[in-house]
Amino acid sequence: MRRERLINAALLLALLAVPLWAWAADEPFTITLATRVAILALAGVGLNIALGLGGLVSLGHAIFFGIGGYAMGILASHAQDHAPLLESPLLIEGTKSMPVIWLVAVIASALAALVIGVLSLRTSGVYFIMITLAFGQMFFFFAVSWPAYGGEDGLSIYVRNEFPGLNTLDPIQFFALCFALLAGALLLNARLARAPFGLALSAARQNEARVQSVGIDSFRLRLVAFTISGAITGLAGALFADLNRFVSPAMFSWQTSGEIMIFVILGGVGRLFGPVAGAALFILLEHFLGGLSEYWHVFLGLLLLGVVLFARGGLIGTLAGREVAHD
Amino acid sequence: MTEAAAPVLEIRNLCKSFGALRATDDLSLELRPGEIHALIGPNGAGKSTLIAQIAGALKPDSGTIRFLGRDVTGLGVVARARLGLGRTFQISALAMEHTVLQNAVLGAIGAGGGAYRFFVPALGMPALVARAREALERVGLEDLAAMRTAELSHGQRRQLEMAVALTLKPRAFLLDEPMAGLGADGSRKLTEFLDGLRREAPILLVEHDMDAVFALADRISVLVYGRIIATGSVDEIRAHPEVRRAYLGDGA
Repeated sequence: MRRERLINAALLLALLAVPLWAWAADEPFTITLATRVAILALAGVGLNIALGLGGLVSLGHAIFFGIGGYAMGILASHAQDHAPLLESPLLIEGTKSMPVIWLVAVIASALAALVIGVLSLRTSGVYFIMITLAFGQMFFFFAVSWPAYGGEDGLSIYVRNEFPGLNTLDPIQFFALCFALLAGALLLNARLARAPFGLALSAARQNEARVQSVGIDSFRLRLVAFTISGAITGLAGALFADLNRFVSPAMFSWQTSGEIMIFVILGGVGRLFGPVAGAALFILLEHFLGGLSEYWHVFLGLLLLGVVLFARGGLIGTLAGREVAHD
Repeated sequence: MTEAAAPVLEIRNLCKSFGALRATDDLSLELRPGEIHALIGPNGAGKSTLIAQIAGALKPDSGTIRFLGRDVTGLGVVARARLGLGRTFQISALAMEHTVLQNAVLGAIGAGGGAYRFFVPALGMPALVARAREALERVGLEDLAAMRTAELSHGQRRQLEMAVALTLKPRAFLLDEPMAGLGADGSRKLTEFLDGLRREAPILLVEHDMDAVFALADRISVLVYGRIIATGSVDEIRAHPEVRRAYLGDGA
C-alpha cells in the first residue's frame, strides 16, 4: 500500500514535471501530449469508478465523453456564430466560458448516465456490456445524422474557450486546468472508495447477496456510481473537445469506449492511479510506436493481451504488488 | 401479554412450484418470540427454496409471509433486511477482498441506513466501527479484524457471517446451516452461542447437525417434499413415527 502511494506520487509528479520542462524548453507539442494524458486519464478515472469499484463493465462510456464534447461544441459554436440556442420561451445563448461549459457537460452526462443506468443496470455480465454498447451506437448514429451540428463532419471551434483569469491559448495554462481537474477527480475517487458508499459498492461487486441482505439496495448503489462515473467522463469529453477545438461523432464511437477501457485495464482496474498510468502509457506508445509504424495498434494489442493474461493488476499492480487491504 | 406471544414470523399456506415440482406445498410455520425453531429435512426437501422465500429472494406462488405483524410477502430482500430480518448463508457470502472489519462495518452501514455518505472514510466513523467491533468480539474474531476475509478459514468465515448478522441487531435470525463444516469444537461453541442468542431475537435454524438441533431447538419442524410433516418439541419429533421413517432412520 505504501509502495503504491509512492508510485502514485511519482506518476503525478512526472505528469506535472514533463510539461513544465517542456514549457521551459519551449516544446509546446510535449505539453499538448501531457494535456492529452491528463484528459484521457480523467475519462478513465470516471470509468474506473464504475468498472473498478462497482464492477460495471461499461462499453458505453464514449456516450458521456461525447456528450461532454458536444456540450462544448454546441455552446461554443452558438457563441462564435452569435446565434442563441433558443429564443423563446426563454433566451439561451451559447457561451465561451469553460466553467459554464463544464457544468453543462457534467449535468448532461450525469443525466444520460442516470437514464441509461436505470435501463441497463437490471442486467449484468455480457448483457450489460451489450446494452451499454448498443446505447453508444445509438448516440453515435444520432450524432452522425444531426446536420445542425455538423453531422458526420463534426464541429470546429476557432478559438479555445475562456477561463477567467487565465489565457487558455497558452498550452501550459490549459494543461494546468486539465491537471487540476484530474487531481480533483482523483481526490474524489479516493474519498469515495473509503467512504461507506465505496465500501458498499465494492462489496456489491464482490458479493451482491451480502449487500442486499444487510438492507442496502445494490441497484441504487450502482446507479449512483454509474451516474458519478458518467459525469466525470463527460467533463473529460468537454476538455478533450476544447483541446482539439473540434468535436465529431468519433467521440461517441465504440472505439472510444474501448480506448477508455484500455487505459483502465493497462494501468490497473480498481487502482486509483490506474487510469493515469494507462493513459500515459497509451499516449507514449501512440507517440513513439506510431512514429515507427502506422500499425502500432498491433503492439498495443499484444501489450493488452500480456496485461490481461499475466498482470491482472495492470501497470500499477505489477509495480506495487498485490493490493493489501487498507487499514 | 398477547403482544409478546404473537409470532415474529408467520408463514401461511405458502406454495411454490417449479414446473411440476412442488418445492413448497401449502406450508405454514411460525417463529415465536424467544424460541429457536429448527427446520430439518432430507436433501431436496425444499429447505433452500423456503429460506429464499422467507428472505425475499424468491416470490411464492401463493400464501403469505408476515414479519412483526406486517405482511411482507410482496417485499424484496432489502426491505425485509431493513425491517429486521438477519440472515446467514449456507455458503458464506462475504466480500472476500475486504478485511474482516470492513465486512462487519458493511453490516453496520446497512443497519444505520448510511450507505450514501461519499466523503467520510467508513473506518473513520466511530459509531460504525464500534458496532462492527462489538459484533466481531461476540463471535471471537476481534483479533482478526485487520485480516483479509479471503485468508480466513472456513470456520472463521462462518463466524464472520454471524457477526455481520449481529451488526444488524435483527428482530429475527434466519440461519441457513450455520454448523456446516465447522467440526466438533466449532459446532459446540456455536451451539453455546446460539443458546444465548435466542434471548435477543428468535432464530429459525435450518440445520443438518442433529446434535445441535436436539440441543438447541424449542420446536422442530420436519420438511419432506415441500410439506411440513410434523412440528413439535424435541421429544415429540424423536418419537414421531412418520419422521423416523422419512428422515431420522431407525437408529435415532
